[in-house]
Amino acid sequence: MIIASTKRLLALGGCLAIALATFPARGAEFSSDILKAQAQRVEVIRKARTATCCIFGRGGRGGGSGVVISPDGFALSNFHVTSGAGVAMQVGMADGKLYDAVIVGIDPVGDVALIKLLGRDDFPYAEMADSDKVRVLDPCFASGNPFLLANDFTPTVTLGIVSGVHRYQEPAGTLLEYADCIQTDAAINPGNSGGPLFDLEGRIIGINGRGSFEKRGRVNVGVGYAISINQIKNFLGHLKSGGIIDHATLGAQAVTDSEGRVRIQNILESSDAYRRGVRYGDELTRFGGRNIRTANAFKNVLGIFPRDWRVPMTVVRDGKSYDLNVRLAGVHAKGALADKIKAGPPPKKDDGKPGKEPKDSKLPIPKLPIPKLPDEPRLPTLPTAESIPESVAKFYEHRDGYVNFYFNREEQKRVWKALLAHGDFSSAKGAWTIASQGPGDLPATFELADTQVSGALPGGKVSIKIDPADPKLGEELGPVGSGGMMAALHLWRRFLIHGIQNFGSVTYLGTMPIPDQDGLMDCLVGVHGGVEVRFLCHPTTGQLVALELFPAGDVDPCEIYFSDYNDHEGRKLPRTIHVKCGDAFDQTYKVTAYTFK
Amino acid sequence: MAPHASCAKRRAASCLAASIALLLLAMPARADVMDEVQPKMVKIYGAGGFRGLESYQSGFLVSDDGFIATVWSTVLDTDPIIVHLGDGRRFEGRVAGADPQLELALVKIEASDLPYFDLDKAAQAEPGERVLAFSNLYNVATGDEPVSVMRGLISARTRLEARRGTFKTTYRGEVYVLDAVTNNPGAAGGALVNYKGELLGMLGKELRNSQNHTFLNYSMPVEVFRKQAQDIMAGKSSPIIDTPADDQPKPAANPLTLEMLGIVLVPNVLERTPAFIDAVRPNSPAAVAGIMPDDQVIFISDSRATNPRLIKSCRNLREELTYIDRDDTITLTVMRGEAELKMMQFTLKAN
Repeated sequence: MIIASTKRLLALGGCLAIALATFPARGAEFSSDILKAQAQRVEVIRKARTATCCIFGRGGRGGGSGVVISPDGFALSNFHVTSGAGVAMQVGMADGKLYDAVIVGIDPVGDVALIKLLGRDDFPYAEMADSDKVRVLDPCFASGNPFLLANDFTPTVTLGIVSGVHRYQEPAGTLLEYADCIQTDAAINPGNSGGPLFDLEGRIIGINGRGSFEKRGRVNVGVGYAISINQIKNFLGHLKSGGIIDHATLGAQAVTDSEGRVRIQNILESSDAYRRGVRYGDELTRFGGRNIRTANAFKNVLGIFPRDWRVPMTVVRDGKSYDLNVRLAGVHAKGALADKIKAGPPPKKDDGKPGKEPKDSKLPIPKLPIPKLPDEPRLPTLPTAESIPESVAKFYEHRDGYVNFYFNREEQKRVWKALLAHGDFSSAKGAWTIASQGPGDLPATFELADTQVSGALPGGKVSIKIDPADPKLGEELGPVGSGGMMAALHLWRRFLIHGIQNFGSVTYLGTMPIPDQDGLMDCLVGVHGGVEVRFLCHPTTGQLVALELFPAGDVDPCEIYFSDYNDHEGRKLPRTIHVKCGDAFDQTYKVTAYTFK
Repeated sequence: MAPHASCAKRRAASCLAASIALLLLAMPARADVMDEVQPKMVKIYGAGGFRGLESYQSGFLVSDDGFIATVWSTVLDTDPIIVHLGDGRRFEGRVAGADPQLELALVKIEASDLPYFDLDKAAQAEPGERVLAFSNLYNVATGDEPVSVMRGLISARTRLEARRGTFKTTYRGEVYVLDAVTNNPGAAGGALVNYKGELLGMLGKELRNSQNHTFLNYSMPVEVFRKQAQDIMAGKSSPIIDTPADDQPKPAANPLTLEMLGIVLVPNVLERTPAFIDAVRPNSPAAVAGIMPDDQVIFISDSRATNPRLIKSCRNLREELTYIDRDDTITLTVMRGEAELKMMQFTLKAN
């Protein structure tokens, strides 16, 4: 490549000699600090490799990488890796063994998949780091199966540094948008997809899935991208629900104006942001906990949230700053995402195609033998349920709109079991009377029964009749402005009495934050009487923390927050019931007595 | 997720972390290098965006009033050139000077108090030394987003004395050969630095060996371009591109034209079409002098022996000729070649 004359060779040799002279001769002692650090790094990498998976479809179709995140076998990978592999996969681990695995949940837009390895409850796993703490220049290493090289499933490890953080990569075709990702120069090649990017302590900072390629075909040129593990943590609860998870939209666009400010444009009147008062032209300064200075920064932070999450934002109008909490809707209409995936391959796109050869080349281009791998940019499809082996079949349940409903049932059972521990209401089938002090410290009494809910409230009496054969709860949303307080309380009672078995249609949605509280709540969704109600339970105590009632249409839900749980005849019940709807309705009831007939 | 194992494991993990941290502390702290370098990096946007030619590249500030060192490329073939600073501010820039043989260009923006690399304080590196390459490859960053960083080593320091036709570049001087994949779209003009954040060189353009089709990752050391860059900044370089207003040449009474020389340029289709020669009239002064079709006119100078003037476009060449008397002898410097570029000079005179 570089032709050196004898003089040059000598000069080069001289340079090397000087360089070598600074290294100790073979056999000389290295500083013990260096040897110790080396040994520690070897150990960190050894451990990280044990958690790394090599994922294959049945019969060796397709392939990529993954990483186990808990000892019961849950593992992360890319959607574009698992979609080629089907419902039942085979996963090789560094111990040389091949395990059966089943698909759990997928996030097609974010290119994430959750699977579960079967057969053990003590899989080696890796911890997840806090990817917001990752900085450029931090050393990192990728682990996986590039070019499907590993016949014995021992992963390939490549070392590099973090080249950039909070990087935005445009959607490839119609899906696979990499928002807020980590850029690295650790070698990421076809086959590394779905595998982990670790920090030097062996904790996962991201899942590798994409790279910038151009003139040299799809081989590493030092620019790889990993989905940040914090984004995946936001989706993890949803992924465990076995669903096809959609990303969030604000219902408005943000663009940078000529003065470098980020402004709201194209806001939908049906969006929660509009109902909260956001309007065209407002300046966006904070979103999702981050300062926003560019439209890209907004797209980045929006991309890390699943639909239905509520996030804080700040807008500035006429010099005044307004803090809001907005509900994010789904990017796709209900069912549209599943249809998009079923539709099959999209029109051709230009990312990742080998570059055109220069026209002045007279020699044949040496062909790099890249093995046949699923084309990464091709739109992946939903896993199909054909010929699932017996060992995997018992962990799979088909249901339209879901990838694997089996896990949804498991989560429902988990959440219900934790809730049940606070009190079994199955025998409290008679009317419930709740005496309390309402707004203005005035007395308020609620009477909840199967066929009627009524309240003697400071604002007046309210009474709703319910026909058990055909409850039309969506039509009775009194008291006025509450969004359906009485109906919500009716459903609360119904849920505690009947549970997930008999309430009606109940599914597990995932986890989500609620305003002014830490942590992510488990969310069960019930549909009854024409309305959707969400039950939000605390992830560790299991207590029912909140309830949201969504009548049909684009209106604010009725939100009820339960707190100050106390023991009442062997069951825990809330002493504070806080009801909100939008920004106008806000009432707190302090319970003085519960009576069960 | 199952709760993490015993305290002992946690203690071991934190000991591990502390030891690794100790080792990393032996190197200059991460924050120093980033703070030193990122504010001096710029993102350059200009002409291109089709047929494999990017419309973006990298650069770095070399003066506090806005001189930016970058590679001389087709990206700069437009007016104005858009520059994004590290803090997100956007400026319009213009090419203040260039040395096509070094493939160096200086872009100027009007600003003050900017952080910059002092070319006199640049460092050198030996093979085996660890280095960092800062650039906006693939245009990953825009506005105030930091440019990308890659880690590598100096593989060798040698001359780019390629065999005929091996590399399509006029540059034949000293280079650092790197083992990091710096040879990517948009990386040219980026900064090669050491771990103290001292400038070592400028990242080179995409070069592909036409024999074996491998790409070369290289950087031009600061020592090679320092003088030329400083001359351009001082306004005393040859070639000059923009003369101060009081030095503007006056139109000649009887100006020289391309027709008199026998030169036909390519059609002027781009905003700034590079001055490629389409045809040379047989037996014309240009033909006799040895000028050939596909030559690109780079410099022109007349007998007044002022510094050669850089030719940026067809329009620019025609304009320059209007300042030259038809009887004057001129010297044209052209770039010739497909696989291998050479600079050639021709002296000619219209009859």
